[in-house]
Order: sequence, then structure tokens, then C-alpha cells
Amino acid sequence: MVEKNGASSIDTPKRFVRLRQFLGDIPLLAWLFGGLISVLVETQVGDALASLLGLPKVPVLFGCVLALKHPLLLPGALAYVSVIYIATIVLVGKITARPFNLLAEKMIQWPIVIPVAIHLITLYAIMHVWSDISLYRELTLKLTLIAIMLTLSLNIINGYMGEFSCSHPGFMSLGAYGASAIMVLFFVNDRLFGKALLPEALGPFFFPIALILGGVAAALGALLIAIPSFKTRGDYLAIISLAFMFIVKSLFENLQFMGGARGIKGQPDLANLPTVFIWLVICVWVINNFVRSTMGKALNAVRDDEMAAEAMTVNTRRTKMVAFLFAAFWAGVAGGLFAHTVRFINPNTFGVQRLAEVLAMVYFGGLNSVYGSIVGAVSLNLLSEMLRPLALFKWIIIPLLLILIMIYRPTGLVAFKEFDVRKLIQPKHKSEKEV
Amino acid sequence: MSLLQVENMTHYFGGLRAVHNFSLDIEPGQIRALIGPNGAGKTTIFNLITGIYTPTEGRIALDGEEIIGLQPHEVASRGLGRTFQNLCLWRHMTVLEHVMMARYSRLTYGLVGAFFGTPRRNREEAASRSKALELLELMDIAHLADQTVINLPYGAQRRVEMARALASEPKILFLDEPTVGMTPEELDQMLGIIRTVHQELGLAIYLIEHRLKMVMELCERIQTLVFGEVIAEGTPEEIQSNPKVIEAYLGKEAVH
Repeated sequence: MVEKNGASSIDTPKRFVRLRQFLGDIPLLAWLFGGLISVLVETQVGDALASLLGLPKVPVLFGCVLALKHPLLLPGALAYVSVIYIATIVLVGKITARPFNLLAEKMIQWPIVIPVAIHLITLYAIMHVWSDISLYRELTLKLTLIAIMLTLSLNIINGYMGEFSCSHPGFMSLGAYGASAIMVLFFVNDRLFGKALLPEALGPFFFPIALILGGVAAALGALLIAIPSFKTRGDYLAIISLAFMFIVKSLFENLQFMGGARGIKGQPDLANLPTVFIWLVICVWVINNFVRSTMGKALNAVRDDEMAAEAMTVNTRRTKMVAFLFAAFWAGVAGGLFAHTVRFINPNTFGVQRLAEVLAMVYFGGLNSVYGSIVGAVSLNLLSEMLRPLALFKWIIIPLLLILIMIYRPTGLVAFKEFDVRKLIQPKHKSEKEV
Repeated sequence: MSLLQVENMTHYFGGLRAVHNFSLDIEPGQIRALIGPNGAGKTTIFNLITGIYTPTEGRIALDGEEIIGLQPHEVASRGLGRTFQNLCLWRHMTVLEHVMMARYSRLTYGLVGAFFGTPRRNREEAASRSKALELLELMDIAHLADQTVINLPYGAQRRVEMARALASEPKILFLDEPTVGMTPEELDQMLGIIRTVHQELGLAIYLIEHRLKMVMELCERIQTLVFGEVIAEGTPEEIQSNPKVIEAYLGKEAVH
């Protein structure tokens, strides 16, 4: 660890080293606390500051949309972002670094659940306060969280297992249609499924079940792909899974009782921010557990040398099947959440464009890494929202960015890094860094 | 009863007869070697016994149990460990992960454990870890446990592979040219390692080797394979003086 820091500081410019030293002793909880303070400040003085800086309203996504629409407002937006977010977070983080380091030292002794819960609650509070300002923020945030689930589940196949699967939109649509059909059938008066069968109050209790059933539907779909394509290695999976995606799409286009090409709309509004957040936490927790166990690492063994894995008692076929179904399950759950967030789905939602988005997030963020998936999903998702005013040019800038990543970091931004919660929340000391 | 018994094994690749009428008997704790010129079919024999190929004819029994038709991982978990000629390591994994991976078939926590991190999983992973560290200690590479294997020198990689093969707790160990590409110094170390493994763990060892020094020092019995057929079998001395072997394999070297 120490060696790595030393090595990387050689090739980074001096300024960054100094910046890293300056910020290096702030523990995660202090960062989160700073974030919380900054979003609270925004709710209090955001409007006043925005009008002071000549902005029409509070910049919704870090001022980017505003600045692109009216370039003259760029300085105002920059000033807003640096005062409200950057300055506040750094200032609060730096001031509270010492007490939070002491706290972190204590917390690391406790059972891991307690500090993790504290961090997650703080993180959720930040999101809640931040997204309270506008509905658009809330929607963007929810879609970003769902994108993390999708990216992470695809990373299991494309990153950890090293195969190339193109069927994620297909799994997502199976989950979305499965969950939507159940919820609409039971809880909504709808032209497709008729009168609601159960009182609406039961909806929130059935929602998790519907999501899980959607995930199971996706996993069953995955089984159809897995049986023929895992007999051998190579490009078969890519081809079969691409075909699967199109089959699922045209299946839903032609199933009239599922709405046909017009899709299903009017899903109950159950995927609120806490629900999505909780599902995301469960998803990250379970996937991270899996990929850090020997059973999960068997995927890496299969990817790097399948024959050696077999010779070392690893049941490679089972390993691949389990991982594939597991990934499809989470894609299905993400699809169900997506359907209930947007509250309208049709077969076109799950086409090639979505595939391109998910693949881009996986390869941008980094293969074989939970961090990578989070980074990739958040950055690309926010970026594509922020660049929305550029319309068509968005699709020039984002691919260009991807090409640059492929040139300079072929495996993605944060590839092959283990997501170790304990390491994440441990206290940060300057002296350690300088050794 | 012998530990590994191969009877009249024959294998064809299409019309090519790669192995013909091969028989083998290994007793517990024995070290035996298979020598032969390049392309004689030595590695094919390894792959046939370990289950990567299925022989066209013949039978193979490990510890009295028929193993033909089993998947390679099933054969491996019944007690047959192996190393590879060209170091089949997993390039993105650390040394410790390599050795722990070979204990895959001994994990009983199942998918529930893997997904939810149950106490049972933590217990088993911890046990597997300490066992792996023991083996790394035995191979003298415990200090490299957290290194990624591709960063290691060749000799250390060989040791990792050996530790990995031992981690599945085999009864018999197949070594496919364990000293290929080694300097004389490394070769001596390897010899030491194989001896340690043999003495401390009491394993039977079956090895393919090109370097006769190694074979002559280690083995009790040697088979010589030429074009898929065993042309001679016996103690090192017998093999060295066998005219057929000299003709086919040792050739001019023995004449000088």
C-alpha cells in the first residue's frame, strides 16, 4: 500500500501531491458530514446566492445544464458550485477531520454493521436533502442509483467472468415487465389488466416480492442463454446474448396482453428514493460479498485460465452459470425499479441504445471492480444528463471520452480494485501517508 | 492396492494414435517419471488421466474408483493435483488467492454463504486461509502472499503453482516438466522442494521430465515413451543402460 502511494506520487505533479496531503487526513465520515452540511446550506441560502450571482434559479445539476444553455452564466454557475459544494465540503471536512478520525478509530472496533449503518444513513441524508430541491434532481438521482445496479451486475459477467454479454437490456426488460405486470394487475385499475385485485394499501408490501419475481424471470431468461453458450468458450455468448436481447424485445412488442408496442404505464409510485437506495445497498452488499469469496473469485480463475481452474477442483461450468444467473437477477431487479421510477415502459426502452449505455458504464468505470461500476455509472449517467443541452453533440463527446479512456486506461478508471468496507471507513492519518 | 491404476489406455485424435496401450501402477508414496522425446505424448497422458480428454479405450482407477468420464474438477477433488508445463497461473490474482482457490471443492458454505457472508463462510474462509499460508511457508514464499503472480520471478511462480497444486490436498501429484527453463541453481531448489513435498506430505508423485539428472536422482521407476508407446520401464539404472532407450532418446549422449 505504502509502496503504491510512493510510486504514484512520482508521476503525479507536485501540486496534486500537496493537494492529496492536504485532503489525505479526512476520513470518509468527515467527507460525508461535509456533504450533508453543504446540501443543508444549499437549502437555506441556495436561492439567495443564486439570485445574487445572477442565476435564474438554483443550478440543478452542478450548473452544467445552465452554463451550456446560457454560456454567459458560466462564471455565476462556477462560483455557485465552488461556494456551495467544494468550499463547504472541504472546509467542514478539514475542520471536523480530527474528531471524526477519533470517532473512526473507535468505530473500527465495533461490529462492522454499526459504522456502516452510520455512513449509509449520512449518505442517504445527503441524497435526500439534495434531491428535495427539485423533482428533476430526484429522478436523475434514482436513475443513477439504478444505473449502478445495472453496471455492477453486468460487471460480474464482463469484468469478473471475462465473457462478453449483450443481453442486459433483455434481462432488464424481463424484470421490468415482470414486476410491472404483477403490480399493475394487483394494485391498479388499468385498461390492460382490468380492476385492481387487492387494496392499494398492500402495494408497498408486495413491491419487494414483485421485484424479486421480476429478477427471477430475468434469471430464467438467462438460463436459456447459459445452457447452450457455456459449453464452450469464445464469442458464442456475445452472439447468443445479443440475439436474446432482440428476441425479448420483439416478444414484448408482440405480446398484446402485455401492452404490445405501447407498453405498460401507470405503475404505482412505489420506487421512491429510500426504496431505491435500500435495494442498491443490498445489491452492492450481496455482489461484493460474492466476488470477495473464494466461490466468487473462482470467476477470475475461470477468466484467466479455465483449464487451470478445472485442475484446481473448481467446477467451472457451475461457476459460470451461477454468476450469469446471479447477474441477470440483479439486472431484472434494476429493471423493475426502473419501471416503477419512470412509471412507463415499452419495448423500445430496452434496445441497443441502453445496451450501449450499460456497456459504456462498465468499461468506463473499470472491469472487475465494485468501485469501478459505481464510478462509471455515476459519472456517465450524470454526464449524459449534464450534457443534455448539447443534444446531438452529447453523442460525440461521450464516445470520445470512452476512446480516451480505452487509450490511457484500457481496463477502465478503477479496475481490479477490491471494495473493502473496512479500509474505506478506517481513520486517516497524515503520518501514515508520509512514511 | 495401488493408488493409481491405468490399464491399456489408448487414445486417438481423429485418425492419429496419440497413446497406445499405456499402463501404469503407482503405489502410495512412490515417485515415478515419464520421459520421452518431444511430441511423444507425455502431456497427452497427463491430460487423459486428469480428465481433460477421455481415452478411447482402457480404464483408469484412482484409489480403486473408476474416474473415466468424470469432469477434470471431479478428478482433481478426488485427490489428483497437478502442475502445468507452461505455468497456468491466473494473472490478476494474488499468490494467496491462488492457493485458497485450490481449496474450492472443500468449501461447504454454498451460495447462501457466498452471497450473504454468513459466519460459516467466514470460518471456512479463515481456515482455508491459514492452510494456504502454511503451504506458502512450506514453499518459502509466505512473504509474497499479497503479490500479484505476474510480478513474481519465474522460480517463485513455479513455487506458487506447486503450493496451489498441494492446496487441494491431493493423494498423488502430477508434475508436468517442473524444471523447464530453470537455471541449474533453481533446478537444485526445485529438487529440494519436490523432496520436501514427498517426505513431509507423503505424496505419490508422477512427473514428466526432460532433465535426466532430476529423474535419476528422484525416481524409483521410469517409463520411456516414444510415439505414444512405452518402450522401456524400469529403475533409473536399467533405463540408462537399455539399448532401446539409448537409441530413441538418450542417443549419442550415452555413447560419448
